[in-house]
Amino acid sequence: MTQTQALQEYLLRLADSDMILGQRLCELCGKAPALEEEMALMNTALDLIGQARNWYEYAAELIDDGRDPDKLVFRRDAHDYRNLLLTEQPNEDFAVTMGRQFFFDVWHYFTLNSLTRSSDERIAGIASKALKEATYHLRRSSEWIKRLGDGTEESHRRMQDAVDILWRFTGELITPDDTDHAMAEAGISPDPEPLAQDWRGMVNEVLTQATLAPGAEDAWMYMGGKHGEHTEHLGFILAEMQFLQRAYPDATTW
Amino acid sequence: MYAQLVETGAKHVQSKDEMSPEEREFQEKIDAETKIEPKNWMPEGYRKTLIRQISQHAHSEVVGMLPEGNWLTRAPTLKRKLQLAAKIQDEAGHGLYLYSAMETLGADRDEEIEKLHQGKAKYSSIFNYPTLNWADMGAVGWLVDGAAIINQVVLQRTSYGPYSRAMVRICKEESFHQRQGYQILLDMMREGTDEQKAMVQDAINRLWWPTLMMFGPTDDESPNSQQSMAWKIKRKSNDELRQMFIDQTVPQLELLGCTAPDPELKWNEETGHYDFGEIDWQEFYEVLKGNGPCNRERIKTRKDAIDGGAWVREAAAAYAQKQRAQAA
Ligand SMILES: [Fe+2]
Ligand SMILES: [Fe+2]
Repeated sequence: MTQTQALQEYLLRLADSDMILGQRLCELCGKAPALEEEMALMNTALDLIGQARNWYEYAAELIDDGRDPDKLVFRRDAHDYRNLLLTEQPNEDFAVTMGRQFFFDVWHYFTLNSLTRSSDERIAGIASKALKEATYHLRRSSEWIKRLGDGTEESHRRMQDAVDILWRFTGELITPDDTDHAMAEAGISPDPEPLAQDWRGMVNEVLTQATLAPGAEDAWMYMGGKHGEHTEHLGFILAEMQFLQRAYPDATTW
Repeated sequence: MYAQLVETGAKHVQSKDEMSPEEREFQEKIDAETKIEPKNWMPEGYRKTLIRQISQHAHSEVVGMLPEGNWLTRAPTLKRKLQLAAKIQDEAGHGLYLYSAMETLGADRDEEIEKLHQGKAKYSSIFNYPTLNWADMGAVGWLVDGAAIINQVVLQRTSYGPYSRAMVRICKEESFHQRQGYQILLDMMREGTDEQKAMVQDAINRLWWPTLMMFGPTDDESPNSQQSMAWKIKRKSNDELRQMFIDQTVPQLELLGCTAPDPELKWNEETGHYDFGEIDWQEFYEVLKGNGPCNRERIKTRKDAIDGGAWVREAAAAYAQKQRAQAA
């Protein structure tokens, strides 16, 4: 794999993870537990899809085969998607939605934080704008984890269940592969080891405050997302998201 | 229009002689175009009418998110998805803002929402129609937000201060929604395939009459309309507003190269307005009664969201209480 190929892969991971999580949040439109949350969820979706667009634009320039960001989003099949498995997990209930958001936000925050110092200026620029949004997302989801974990008996049970359901997808966030190593060595992306430590540190801290137990550190982890091997959910997400572009392939304007 | 039929409790509009001194003073303020503020004395009927009208308006903003949410996950491009999400977020904001205006009258948001879920409160009939193809996202913005603006521009001068100020803020965003919706249709008509053009015409065919119904029934003789007008909660009749909307919209329809599903729609040189056909009022009243295509689904979705989210709100309240206890 050349350096450029690794960079394309890396950008698609950032873009696809934002995009798929944003899409999951769009599914909740009109279904939030309060009107204020309705606005907050939609706001997070807007931020994430907006960030995805920035990453796709850069990726499309590097890939340079005539595909624009829309083609990348609406015309690739699941095996070409590079999002983290965590982001494609279904909403289930508000605890799972917030748990998924929190695990992602911690990873996102530390990743973007170090990407602001990337040797690639374009990446550093996109990351510094995104970091402001991600900082806010993290503050909000951490608060919800504490409220739900340390709220009522029911919310505690639901929140602990959510942690248990999602835990097996968290390893992928902090386990580097060849692409991650190559990007880190080039000074483009964060050093994998401190990122993993930061993620574990903050997750443990918030879960403890929320009276919740993290999963086992040696738990078996599912990690195919970054290579295009997904859970069954992604196919359905794409079937819905890509419907119009697939049904009307001749349409060039929408 | 987002409030189509608002009960005022009036059997007839009182003359000045029939009024108590307080009522007379109040009516004189209204007549002098002085805004009524939350702390001012107001007749019970005025307060209740406003609560009904503002809550109907707020419910409409919130239920109105659903037909658009129906296409949010299927929006065809990144740009359109972002636009639609931002619009829906605006509508949620309008709902919040209006509920706050309503609460200045002593009403409780949760109680009013509960009435909606029990089928006791109304919201605009338009949101009980389904959105069946992507062009509906353009047509809703253009026609539905367009109709809302006609009414709300007038409501900027409504007599109750907080409602009037809410309208000023909301109108700006609604105009943006309308232009954006129209642009979706224009792009599809100008650069789209035949299939896309057919989507646009289909959306207009389905939404045209329900949009005209948004202005409510002819309010010629009804004591409710007359009382609302006397209190300057309402400032123009339903028919006047509907005519304004049609006169403004038909040229835009022609620019699209589309038609309305109304053979009687034509320019009248003498009146300087468009003539149009008879609205199916039976359909209107059936939809208002709960028998529209999506009434059940809309209410069920909202009820499930709020009832199903009770444990979340309880948790937040319990947590806040623990935090306060710890701080004390
Ligand atoms: Fe609105
Ligand atoms: Fe609007």
